[in-house]
Amino acid sequence: MNPEVTTNDLISGLFVFALAAFIGFEVIRRVSPLLHTPLMSLTNALDGIAVLGAIALVGAHHEHYAKLATVLGTIAIVAATSNIVGGLFITDRMLKMFKIDRSKKP
Amino acid sequence: MSASAILIQFVFLIASILFILSLKWMSHPSTARRAIWAAELAIVLSVIAVLLGEDIVNYRWIVIALVLGSIIGVPLGWVSMTAVPQRTALSHAFGALCVTMVGTAEYYLAAPRIPPFKMAVLCGEVILGSLTFTGSLMAAGKLQEILPQRPITYKGQNIVNISLLALAALVAIVLVLKPGWIYLFPLIVLIPLAFGVMLIIPIGGADMPTVISLLNSYAGVSAAAMGFVVNSKLLIIAGALDGSSGFILSVIMCKAMNRSFTNVLFGAFGQVQQTAAAAVEARTYRSATAEEAAQILSVANRVVIVPGYGMAVAQAQHKVRELYDILTKRGIDTRFAIHPVAGRMPGHMNVLLAEANIPYDHLVEMDDVNGEFPQTDVALVIGANDVTNPAARTDTTSPIFGMPILDVDKARTVMVIKRSMNPGFAGIENPLYYEDKTLMLFGDAKGFVGNIVSELGANGSAH
Repeated sequence: MNPEVTTNDLISGLFVFALAAFIGFEVIRRVSPLLHTPLMSLTNALDGIAVLGAIALVGAHHEHYAKLATVLGTIAIVAATSNIVGGLFITDRMLKMFKIDRSKKP
Repeated sequence: MSASAILIQFVFLIASILFILSLKWMSHPSTARRAIWAAELAIVLSVIAVLLGEDIVNYRWIVIALVLGSIIGVPLGWVSMTAVPQRTALSHAFGALCVTMVGTAEYYLAAPRIPPFKMAVLCGEVILGSLTFTGSLMAAGKLQEILPQRPITYKGQNIVNISLLALAALVAIVLVLKPGWIYLFPLIVLIPLAFGVMLIIPIGGADMPTVISLLNSYAGVSAAAMGFVVNSKLLIIAGALDGSSGFILSVIMCKAMNRSFTNVLFGAFGQVQQTAAAAVEARTYRSATAEEAAQILSVANRVVIVPGYGMAVAQAQHKVRELYDILTKRGIDTRFAIHPVAGRMPGHMNVLLAEANIPYDHLVEMDDVNGEFPQTDVALVIGANDVTNPAARTDTTSPIFGMPILDVDKARTVMVIKRSMNPGFAGIENPLYYEDKTLMLFGDAKGFVGNIVSELGANGSAH
């Protein structure tokens, strides 16, 4: 995934970061305070996408430090995957609980 | 770039869009379930895309780790709703662990030829990752009550903490200039690991909502830094979204507790608590029995229930739901006033009440409900204290002066379920309890609400 990260990549990364942070502010500001807890568990699960970097690390062929990369990368995959699975699971459980009052009001 | 590599990048682009849509759909409970599907789809698509990539040659450990991670993840998704804050802190720790591990490996693989910009980002990734890792573990330990919840402070604490952080920054600067000095690298992991512990030690249990949000923000930013290092735009976006989400929640929590942001960043939490509780004068208060409370409730038109974390500690949510049911059935307008810091993390109280099957359109935020207290017949406070303390509005010497509160004292009658007259965790006297309109209902929240419910039930059947 990252044989050579150039300065150009880093600069364009900064643009992406700035824009995404801006969108994040605008979108998340509108999230109802009702859902702040599931919001946090959902963004945690999204963060688990770091697993992609860990997979690339473990899967690639390395001349040196191959064992180190495998060990650290494997720990990283385990940690990120548990966040994805656990985070999505619990967010779903929480959202299922939010119901509207369907009984007629007197 | 080969055709398949371009295709993979397109999958990532779609995943990025799905991430943003997912957060957009979280804005309201009616669309929120869709948010999960979008997130799941985005993650599954991008994992498949990476696994099919040309660079991946060894699959064994990947598969083992994915399976192991899923096995660990399932129980973490199945904890009780009261345990969600510590679970969330733990997942911040896991996210930070992943980022730190990958950052460390990337350094050793690339050293000594690392351009300054990349090295700077990598240092940021590893420093933030390590301090978030231990900080979140400490927070989880405090929330789970494995560690003492009381803040531990000592002289010169801030100096020690700031020096640690400055030292880590110094090492990082040296590494940016001399990326080949491999023996220095462990320092920018170890020093922040220690810093993370020191950062959380002085923080008391009541400040956890702010801390969790702040750690959430750190975890997001460190993930974004990792996105720079491994050149993944998707990860930069996910990290930026998570970081801004944590930041927004931290700001909301700070405002709700009337703390400034610098106050929070420098770990001056939980130091407010010594000042009060000195002037204890024998003031009179009125108490009432469950029977009397039930009578007052039965003639009310509008009731607002103010739940605090004490309600959750007493496991009284389901009894409170029964009370809500019986009152609504009698045609009494019953709603819940939710203070932003009513639970142990942002929005926690809403989840606890939703779990007890209370419809979310009856959960009202502080700003929306405060104007309605003057027209409220009964405000029933269950396990909440400081968030109802009128001293925050009037008494400039009060440690919580300026904190936004629920104006329950403007209701016609206030009833407070409390174990005794002891001031709460923060040790701040609450003048609300001595007002003429206030009735103290002494007892365990679950038991007392249960008694009110059976009194109301008995009356109802007598009619």
